[in-house]
Amino acid sequence: MRYPLLLLALALLVVLLFLLSLLVGPAALGLGESLRALVTGQGEAVVLVMREIRLPRAILGLAVGAVLGISGAAMQGFLRNPLAEPGLVGVSSSAALGAVIALQTGLAASFTLALPLSALAGAAISVLLILGLAGPRGGALALILAGVAISALAAAGVALILNLSPNPFAAMEIVFWMMGSLADRSMTHVALALPFLLAGSALLLTLGRGLDALTLGEDAAEALGVRLGRVRLLLILGTALSVGAAVAVAGTVGFVGLVVPHILRPLVGARPSRLLPASALGGAAMLLAADVAVRVIAPDRDLKLGVLTAIVGSPFFLHLIWRMRRMEA
Amino acid sequence: MSLLALENLTVRRGDCPVVDHVTFTVSPGEVLGLIGPNGAGKTSLLRAAMGLLPSAGRSSLAGLAPRVRARAAAFLPQAREIAWPVDVETLVMLGRVPHAGRRVTAADREAVTRALDRMGLAGYRQRIATALSGGEQARVLIARTLAQEAPLLLADEPVAGLDPESQIRTMQVFQSLAAEGRAVVASIHDLGLAARHCTRLLLIARGRLVADGPPGVVLTAANLAEVFGVRAYYADTPDGPVFQPLGVTR
Amino acid sequence: MRVSARLSEQVGALLLAAALAAAAPAVAEAPRRVVSINLCTDQLAMMLAAPGQLLSVSHLATEPQTSAMVEEARAYPANRGQAEEVFLMHPDVVLAGTFTARQSVDLLRSLGIEVVELPPANAFSDIPDQLRTVGRALGREARAEELVAEFEADLARLKVDLPPARAAMYYPRGYTTGSGTLADAILRHTGFSNVAAELGLDGGGDLPLERLVMAQPDMIVTSSPYPGASRAEELMDHPALQAVRAEAGSVEVSDGGWICGTPAVLQALEVMGEARRNLAAVRLTELDGSR
Repeated sequence: MRYPLLLLALALLVVLLFLLSLLVGPAALGLGESLRALVTGQGEAVVLVMREIRLPRAILGLAVGAVLGISGAAMQGFLRNPLAEPGLVGVSSSAALGAVIALQTGLAASFTLALPLSALAGAAISVLLILGLAGPRGGALALILAGVAISALAAAGVALILNLSPNPFAAMEIVFWMMGSLADRSMTHVALALPFLLAGSALLLTLGRGLDALTLGEDAAEALGVRLGRVRLLLILGTALSVGAAVAVAGTVGFVGLVVPHILRPLVGARPSRLLPASALGGAAMLLAADVAVRVIAPDRDLKLGVLTAIVGSPFFLHLIWRMRRMEA
Repeated sequence: MSLLALENLTVRRGDCPVVDHVTFTVSPGEVLGLIGPNGAGKTSLLRAAMGLLPSAGRSSLAGLAPRVRARAAAFLPQAREIAWPVDVETLVMLGRVPHAGRRVTAADREAVTRALDRMGLAGYRQRIATALSGGEQARVLIARTLAQEAPLLLADEPVAGLDPESQIRTMQVFQSLAAEGRAVVASIHDLGLAARHCTRLLLIARGRLVADGPPGVVLTAANLAEVFGVRAYYADTPDGPVFQPLGVTR
Repeated sequence: MRVSARLSEQVGALLLAAALAAAAPAVAEAPRRVVSINLCTDQLAMMLAAPGQLLSVSHLATEPQTSAMVEEARAYPANRGQAEEVFLMHPDVVLAGTFTARQSVDLLRSLGIEVVELPPANAFSDIPDQLRTVGRALGREARAEELVAEFEADLARLKVDLPPARAAMYYPRGYTTGSGTLADAILRHTGFSNVAAELGLDGGGDLPLERLVMAQPDMIVTSSPYPGASRAEELMDHPALQAVRAEAGSVEVSDGGWICGTPAVLQALEVMGEARRNLAAVRLTELDGSR
């Protein structure tokens, strides 16, 4: 019965950080004043700030963090490898490449859904590549090497396209696509991304039993009645939908899908099915916290989210590699 | 009524058949030992029989819907994989996947308890499976297949790497399953263990079924020399059949 | 008193002599081959150069988003400001900005080419200075004086005497300009006060959207968009900014008149003056309506 308690605690944390995200910003607003404006809609400028600037930012922080957490947990469960993470294995950068292609070809301007769909396609192709290259077992070395190659290629594509853009600002935005930010997002972005984020998470959440059974390996899981082909398809679709849409509006924020499942795994008894919802909440909490932190550290500058998540995440990554090496030795 | 029927089951890797027109049936009450040298095709035969490997010919299991098949037969793969540090109870509970609804029922719990007791793992419930010794992990994984409570168990080298006590106990568990009207098909390298505990042996060489019958009929000097390249001592004693390889013949 | 008068006389004479000495070589021989590698010197040179004297201008001079003299610039071959290509044009004088790539300028100097550097202009008073500096470099002092006189007359004519309305410059990525900038001077000359300066910004910098919204400006000044897409420009479509624009007046300007200390700022002054008068008219009708 510790599991429901854990979920409850995580949910409370998310609610708190969501509120904090609403209250922190470059414009110094009073606590009561801002919450009143948000709820009642009184006070012209404050309402605009709360409802059109901070609310979408907080909603996206929550949703993007949740999908990053859950897709990390799902990929790890499927590949049975704690190093699998959408950022590290190149899924996020491929989604960024898709998004940048849609933006710079003008496709995104001519029809609204082109942006998330193109990012989704980029993400889907890279998940397929990863599953193909890393093999069914998802050996750590093959996985990471495949990820390095895919990330490098996608990042080069993003840089190339943005450098060739006729828009002088585009080239400066390479860092956004590589590091991610929620600054100046609007309800338009929420409306664009949220349906995909929800659909993707819903698909990934259905994988719990299959991933549990995969703890015993592919043959055993299949013999237990799990349709592996279906699990694989849902994983690809779910990851592409959620990571694609997340990257399309927030750029690539790395390490959330690595750190969160890693911290939560012992708390859920290492069961992949329980890790999924817990990682969704944990991811939301981590991204909201990071997004609050960037605004506290540098209120007037757009410090990138990925900077903070990488500072927190890289040591975890190194620790995991260290531990895996020790176990192999 | 048979629990498994194979008819001309054939698995090809490229043009080369690794399982070559194998036909046999398994009836309730049988403990069937699958013997043969390395690379004879035992693993492929078991996987193809489960429908985990594309094959020609017919296996009565391969055609079933996955959920139905999982209730008809449990499968213990050769690779003893435990990917995550879950506790033993959770791992054994995975055997209930084909039965379970959304929630764990009292029946599921009882099945897990029975499986743990059978494998002598009653005190291990809360232990972390990945922290156990290799032999203990192997027993936990067998317990998982027992918790599935299917009429048939296909096990790929279930006793490899176990200490003598665990080997004997495991074979005795298989015999008790057979006594309950279920059946076990286990690939096994230890011919002595196979001779003592199996009701019937299938000898496989180069993908073909060479001999099929009670241990005394299959483990002939000719078969042993032909298939394994060994000569052996074999005798029926008051303690049951005794089999000991003595030397190589080629 | 008499001593100081005599002193100042002497100083004046000295200065005159120095000025003459400085001007002397230019008078003696105006450079025949001039290359400009900076957007602002491009435009000053095009205004001042004698026919055939200016060989090439920078590629930015033909960018409609940044240049106030696109048509004129098309007549010249464009350069990208790299030392190698500039050197191969065999220029007598190269015009550069102080922010032009240092390596290129140093390399050209070491190759024995005279490089005249102009700092960015931050006030209207810099503009006559820059006209004269480039005029001197080109041996076109007389033309420079004509342009200075014209500019100063137009500047006086375009002064708007209305109580300051609060305007915010808002560029892609939330970039804005505070006090001590040419843009600030343009706003103050045309009946506006600068919201960014009011918020304490000195020079250029980013203004977070929420602070802009909270400042509730009367007028939002934005630039015309570039082709291609960027997140920086996407900010201009943010619903919160659109809401502020719907409340306030809003004007989209082309950057050409705002970047360089050239008489092209007069175009910006005209646009902003008109915007200020329109704002006054709107406010008046609003007041009438409310009565």
